[in-house]
This record gives sequence, structure tokens and C-alpha cells, in this order.
Amino acid sequence: MIPLSWYLILAAGLFSIGLFGVLSRRNAVAILLGVELMLNAVNINLVAFWRYGDISMMAGQVFAIIVFAVAAAEVAVGLALVISVYRRRNTVVAEELDLLKW
Amino acid sequence: MTHELATSLVWLIPLPPFLAFALIVLFTNKSKALSHTVAISAAFLSWLGSMLVFYTAVTTEHFGEHPLADFVNWLPTGNTWLKIGVLIDPLSAAVLFFVAWTVLMIFIYSVGYHNFGQPAGDHDHKGLPPHGATVHGHTVPSVEPMYSRFFAFIGLFAFGMYTLVVSDNLLTLFVGWEIMGLCSYLLIGFWFGKPSARNAAIKAFMTTRIGDVFMLIGISFLYYATGTLTYREIFTEETLHVLSTVPSGVFGLSAAGLIAILLFIGTVGKSAQFPLHVWLPDAMEGPTPVSAMIHAATMVSAGVYAVIRMFPLLTAGYEGHGLTTAMSVVAFIGAFTAIFAATIAVAQNDIKRVLAYSTISQLGFMIAALGIGAYVAAAFHLVTHAFFKALLFLGSGSVIHGMEHGVLHTGNHHVDPQDMFNMGGLRKKMPITFWTFLIGGFALSGFPLVTAGFWSKDEILADAWGHGHMTVFITLAIAAFLTAFYTMRQITLTFLGEARTKEAEHAHETPLTMTGPLMVLSIFAIGYGWVGIPEHFPVFGGILPNWFHDFVGHTLEHVPETPEFSWIPLLTSLVVALGGLGLGWFVYKDVKSVSEDKLQFSLLKNKYYFDEAYQVIFIQPALWFSEVFVSKWMDKGLIDGILHIFGPTTGGIGAFIRNKFDVPFVNELLGDGSANATYWIGKNLRPIQTGRIQQYLILSLVILIVIGGLLFALLVRSA
Repeated sequence: MIPLSWYLILAAGLFSIGLFGVLSRRNAVAILLGVELMLNAVNINLVAFWRYGDISMMAGQVFAIIVFAVAAAEVAVGLALVISVYRRRNTVVAEELDLLKW
Repeated sequence: MTHELATSLVWLIPLPPFLAFALIVLFTNKSKALSHTVAISAAFLSWLGSMLVFYTAVTTEHFGEHPLADFVNWLPTGNTWLKIGVLIDPLSAAVLFFVAWTVLMIFIYSVGYHNFGQPAGDHDHKGLPPHGATVHGHTVPSVEPMYSRFFAFIGLFAFGMYTLVVSDNLLTLFVGWEIMGLCSYLLIGFWFGKPSARNAAIKAFMTTRIGDVFMLIGISFLYYATGTLTYREIFTEETLHVLSTVPSGVFGLSAAGLIAILLFIGTVGKSAQFPLHVWLPDAMEGPTPVSAMIHAATMVSAGVYAVIRMFPLLTAGYEGHGLTTAMSVVAFIGAFTAIFAATIAVAQNDIKRVLAYSTISQLGFMIAALGIGAYVAAAFHLVTHAFFKALLFLGSGSVIHGMEHGVLHTGNHHVDPQDMFNMGGLRKKMPITFWTFLIGGFALSGFPLVTAGFWSKDEILADAWGHGHMTVFITLAIAAFLTAFYTMRQITLTFLGEARTKEAEHAHETPLTMTGPLMVLSIFAIGYGWVGIPEHFPVFGGILPNWFHDFVGHTLEHVPETPEFSWIPLLTSLVVALGGLGLGWFVYKDVKSVSEDKLQFSLLKNKYYFDEAYQVIFIQPALWFSEVFVSKWMDKGLIDGILHIFGPTTGGIGAFIRNKFDVPFVNELLGDGSANATYWIGKNLRPIQTGRIQQYLILSLVILIVIGGLLFALLVRSA
């Protein structure tokens, strides 16, 4: 069996890729994509810990499913916001959306 | 009428005039007719009540032992009650009788005096006497602008007088006394547009106030000494004995003597006795009905009434020979005032001022009578004097009114309608006024046998003679002579001879509302004397019983004895009355002008310079004390000076604290400093708030890594 650390390294890599996407991409949609990657990295961790722990305890799988649901909802809201922003300001570039500035 | 019913009625007697006062002030003052109707109806109701009570009093056997008395508990004072109540004993019944009659007559007279029914004046102002109105080119008298107010005031006054008379204690007597003092002030100053009236009002109020303060002290002392103010509780044998034996510690007087003197000072003020007599002549500035009511018939009589009431206290310790100190003081003041005021009256030319001094003098007779223990004689003279002096005052008002008619007719307003030297010959123009005035004047002079004044004055003289008070007897005899003299002078100058001015030629008899009361009062000025004819008087004695002496005498526990009949006082009264009248007529029958009057001594004309003396001795020092000492030195100098030290000192301390502590430390360091610091921090931290989400995330990440690294280093590695 593949050792647990492999999964964790995969998840960490995936998380880092997602984080890099979130921090570096200018397009808001791409930032959302990065967020999805980070969530999925978490899911891999959850499922891996479940598989290598006590299998009768279902919490890892249940959490993963909840994260899916939350991620789906988050993407729905996020995309709706992106569309709304685009309609109003005619851009989806994150750097130009600096309304929270002082 | 039963005893109980009459007693209840006594409570009600003072009320109608008070209700009339309230009604007029609150509701009816717009309507002159309604106002005088209300006032006269009220006076009539009180008159009716008084007459019923008086009738009950005279028809009750041994009324002195069974007076109409009732009381209620009023103020709780510890374990006891301060009681107030009503008391009609023979004395107050007699007083009530004349008060009711004179009040009613004066109310009716006021209607005519204030020209009711005449048109409103052309230029009349409130606070000034009416000046006349023009109707069809003729000047006619105009109605008083403050007609309703006058009736309201005299209503309140009547309330005060009735309260005083029916009281059974000194406290409510004093309340009535003060109500009258207030009304006296208001009515003397009724024509407040005249400076002289204003000053007279203030003078009257201040002068009587001096007496009132002493009276209040006397009442307090009496309450302190006996624990009660009800007459019938004070005038018991034990209480009086205790009061007359306990020394008061002042001038060697007994407590009774000191209280009597203190109360008597109240009377000196109210009844205008020397040395507080100065206000009464000036009070003639008021309308004439006021002069008649307040300053002849009722209020000044109230002063004498109070002394008569306090007679048991005054005479406590008197054994029948050798007057007590208190009695000597009273007798001296009375006798001195009687002769002193009579001499001034001789040289007065104002018709009302003569009567004013005459009133002072006659009140002096009563006071002197009380001082020598002549209780009944004083009460008798009080009643007869009230009648004939009210008659004389109302008569003089009628004369003035008639003269004002003449003044309006000629239009010469420089003629003083009150100066007797402008009159003369009025008997033909004003017959009713003349005859009634003659009756009043003869009563005042003591015209023998017919008039009331003769009997009452004779009784005083007989008493003084009978008890051997020679000084008082001689003084009063001379005063009586002067009284007859100046009365005849007044009658001669006013009514007899020929008119001395055009105005007097055009004088006019006054309306029935004025002459009616004159006629009623003149009946009493004659008839009231017949109820008090001494039993042993030659010829007349015994035809009519000496009812007054029997009736009023029984107010006291020991009925005073009538002195033995003697020819000397009788002859004296006859001689002084007839001699004075004859001399007065003889001297003045041909006097044409004031320069022919030989008796215009400046000392008498100026009333012995009492006003001037008081001005120098009391008023100017008082003014100096208030204007210079209190205002300038104490208030502006000392008190303001201290305040002026406090002010700058406190200001300096405040400025110091402000400059050294508040401004640099609190304001600049704490206040501005904290604000500046916050501003500086905000300004410098502002650039990191870019609004770019990704920069925020990077920052979070960096901080997370730093904190995570630290936690790892500190917690995991060290563990």
C-alpha cells in the first residue's frame, strides 16, 4: 500500500498550486479555480486520513462530502458575483476591483 | 329668636360683605349698577343679621351672664387647641348696632357721592377724582371711573370690621384689624393718581403698622403668659390675679400692665392717638365716604373697642384708688390727645381736616375715660360718637359735593371746594345737609339735653369728677370747650352768613342717596343719647331708665357703679358746650376772609410742626440709614467690596489653573495628543489598505507563515 505521506505530499502540492493560482492570477474566475484546487487538496487529506485511520469512523468521508457541497455553493455565489461585477464595471480583473481601498 | 339660632347667625354676619367683595372683583366689576347692588345687598344682609342679634341681646334677661358665644377648635397646639369663635356680649352688641347702621348708611351714601347715574367724564382717568362731563354745553358731575372697585374695597372693609366685632378672641380681632388696615391703605390711596393721596396712604399704613407691631407683641406675650387668647378665658379672676401680680421685668410693670400697654400702643396707631396721630388728617385724601366709615365710625373706633375689650386687663390690680401705671399712661395719652387735637382743629380751614382732628380729639376723650376706669362712659361715647361723626363726615362730603357743583358751574378750578372760607350761606342752598350737619355738630359739641353727644360726654366728665381725677376733668373740660368752639366755627363759616364765593352761590343740594343716610344718622345723633341718661339727673333722670349702663355694664363681672350725681360736672358741660358754641358763632359770624381769622396761628396751622418734626427725627434718619448707611456703605461698600475681592481672586485662580494645567496638559497633551497620535498612526498605516484582495491574501499568508513558524519553533521544538 502506498504510504500516507505520498497522499499528503500530493495534497500539499495541489494546495500550493491552488494558492499560487489564487495569489497570482488576475482573472477573478481563475482565482475561483484556484480556490477549488485548494478545497480539493483538503478533500484528499480528509479522505486519506480516513483511509489510514479507523475505517468504521465515517467522519472523514462525511466531511469531504460537506466540503464538496460547500464548494459547489461557493462557486455558485462566486460566479454570480463575478457576473454582477462584470456587468457593473465591465471587468473581471481583481486588481481593478479595489473598492475596499481607504 | 332662640339663643342657639342667634349664635349661628352671629357666625354669618361678617360673610355677606366678603362675598360681595369677591363677586365684584371677580364677576360684576364691569357693571356699576350690579356692583353697588351686590355691595348694598350684602351690607343690608349683615345689617339685618346684626339687628336680629341685637334684638335677641336686648330681649334676653341677664344677657351679660349669658352672652351668645360659640367656638371651634382651629389650630392644634400640642395637647391643646387654639380656639376661634364668636362672642356677642352686651358691649359687642352695642358696637355691632352702630357698625351695622353706619356701614349700611355709608354704602348707600357712596352711590350718590360717586355720582352714580351721571355720564362718564370727558377726561376722567382711573385713579383721579372725576372732573365732570359736558352735556348740552353744561358741565355736570361725572361718575367715578373706578366705581365698582370702590364698592369692592368697602365690602372687604366691612368684612374686617364685622369680624373684629364678633370675635371672641384677640387673634381674629387682630385679623379683622389688619384687614381694615389694608382697606384703609387701599381706600386712602383710592385716587392714586394724586401724589398726595399716595403719600397719605403710605403714611397711614406705616404709622398704624408701628402700633400693630407692638400690639402683636402684646398678643404674643399674652398667649405666652396665659396660653389662650379667648377673652372669657383671660378675664377670669384667677388669670387676672396672676397676671397682675407677676412682674414683667420692664419698668416695674406687672405682666397685665405691660400687655395692656403693648395692646394699647396698637390702639394708639389705629385710633390716631398722640404721638401716632399724624396719619389721620392726611387720610382725608380718600373719598369722603371712606373718611366717614374708616376714619370716623368704624376703624378708628375699633382701636377704642379693643381697649374697652381689654379693660379687665388694663385695670387688673386697680383697687379703686390710685390708678395703675398702665391706666395712668392710657389716661394721660387720651386726655393729652383730646386737648392737643382740639387746639389744632381750631385753626384748620379744610372742612374735612377739622373733622379729622375732631375725631382724634373725641377718641382721646374715650381713651381718657378708659384710663380713669369709666368703662360704660367710654363705650357710650364710642357709640354716640360713631353716629354723629359719621353724620358730620357724610355731611361734609355732601357740602363738598355741592361746592363741586358750583365749581363745575363757574369752571374756576382754582377754588378749593373743601376750604371753608370759600363757602358761607350754604344753609339756603343745601337745607337738608345744613340741618343734619347742625344736628351732628351740636351732638359733637354736646348741646345740652337734646343731643346724644351731651349725655355721653357728660358721663365722662361726671366720672372724672366723681372719682376725683381733677387733671383729667379739667383737661377734658377745656377740650370740650374747644370742641364746641371749632364746631360752631365750622358751621358758621360753612352754612351761615352770605356766600363768600360765586361757587358757593351755585352750590346745589345733593341727591337723596346722600341726604337719606344723613337724615337716618341724625335720628341716632339725637336719640341714642336718651338710652343712657343717668338715674339721678335732675328732672330727666328716671323718666327713661339708664338702659345703656345696665346693659353694657353687665359685660364686666363687677358692674361699675355710676358716680354720685354732682352739679359741678353738669354745669361744666353746660357752660363749655353753650359757651363754646356761642363764642364760635360770635367770633366767626362776620368773618369775610381767611385774613380776618384771628386764630390762624402758624403753630396751630402747622399742627405743632409734628409732620416736620417726624420728618427730621424719623424719616430723614431712616432715609439716611437706608440710602447712605445701608445702600451706599454697607451694601455697595462693604458687601460689594467683599464680593469684589472674591471675584478677582477666584478669577485669578481660575486663570492660573487654566493656563498652567488645563490648556497645556489636559487640552494639548491629552486631548490633542491622543487625537494626533491616532491620526498619525492611521495615516501611516493607510497605504497597506490597498483594496486588492490578492495583496491581502499574500499578507495573511506571510503572517500565517511567520506565526506558524514561531509556534513551531516555540511549542513543537521546545517540547
